Amino acid sequence: MSETVKAAAGHNAGGPRVKMMRTTLGQVRGLGSAKTGVEHWWIERLTSVAMIPMTLWFIYSALHLAGHSRLEVAHWAANPINAAVMVALLLTVFRHMGLALMVVVDDYIHARAAHMAMLLLIKGGTTLLALIGIIATLRLAFTG
Amino acid sequence: MTDVREALMVGRASDGRLVRRPLSPHLQIYRWPLSMATSILHRVSGVALAVGTLLLVWWLAAAAASDDAYATVSWFLRSWLGVICLLGWIAALWYHFLNGIRHLVWDAGFGFAKPQIDSSTYFVLGATAALTLLTWIALFTQL
Repeated sequence: MSETVKAAAGHNAGGPRVKMMRTTLGQVRGLGSAKTGVEHWWIERLTSVAMIPMTLWFIYSALHLAGHSRLEVAHWAANPINAAVMVALLLTVFRHMGLALMVVVDDYIHARAAHMAMLLLIKGGTTLLALIGIIATLRLAFTG
Repeated sequence: MTDVREALMVGRASDGRLVRRPLSPHLQIYRWPLSMATSILHRVSGVALAVGTLLLVWWLAAAAASDDAYATVSWFLRSWLGVICLLGWIAALWYHFLNGIRHLVWDAGFGFAKPQIDSSTYFVLGATAALTLLTWIALFTQL
């Protein structure tokens, strides 16, 4: 038992008193499993490592495509390597973005309903954006 | 005190007396060290990039849809608002990219000594400025 908890349990005259009527198990219940808590953090790091080379590729490609016609963009996407890396980048970006935005919402939005609504919005929004981007890339690649 | 979290607010003064812990001062009290500014800027640039992905998806969807749709997105990207978005997006991307690598290095357990943090802060800011400027120039020579 830590000093603080002992103090809280009550041999203390005049100072603040805290009554702890709950068992240790009761205090941690509902806070999440110790097995999966690190997953959110880990996937955010994993996706960021994956994005290092893909970002450099993307900047190069975007500069290469800037100012070009739709046909030239379609021609670029017809190369399987370009289409594959673009789809991989979209998957990674939106996974990373969804996890990161959720942390921002966790930090600043405390009202329960608004918090839940924002999390659902982020999950749905990032999933939908990723799907639109991927389908567009594939359509460009296959049909020009 | 009925909330169990209040237990964490119990502390001991230097003479051994139990006291309610003081709260740490809030943002506006602190002097702004550069490392604090760069940390906040990491989150700000990340959120800006998240908004910027709308532009990327719009561009991809338009290219896949039709010549007309592609003409619309091209028109927007060449408008003054579109150019400001692109320039800001490039700056945010380089900053988040470089500072993100610094965060990964920290996550791996390196670079925490104060002089290292200072020099990596200057490196990230300098490299962001240089790469942003280069990318802007490359973009303008393409358009």
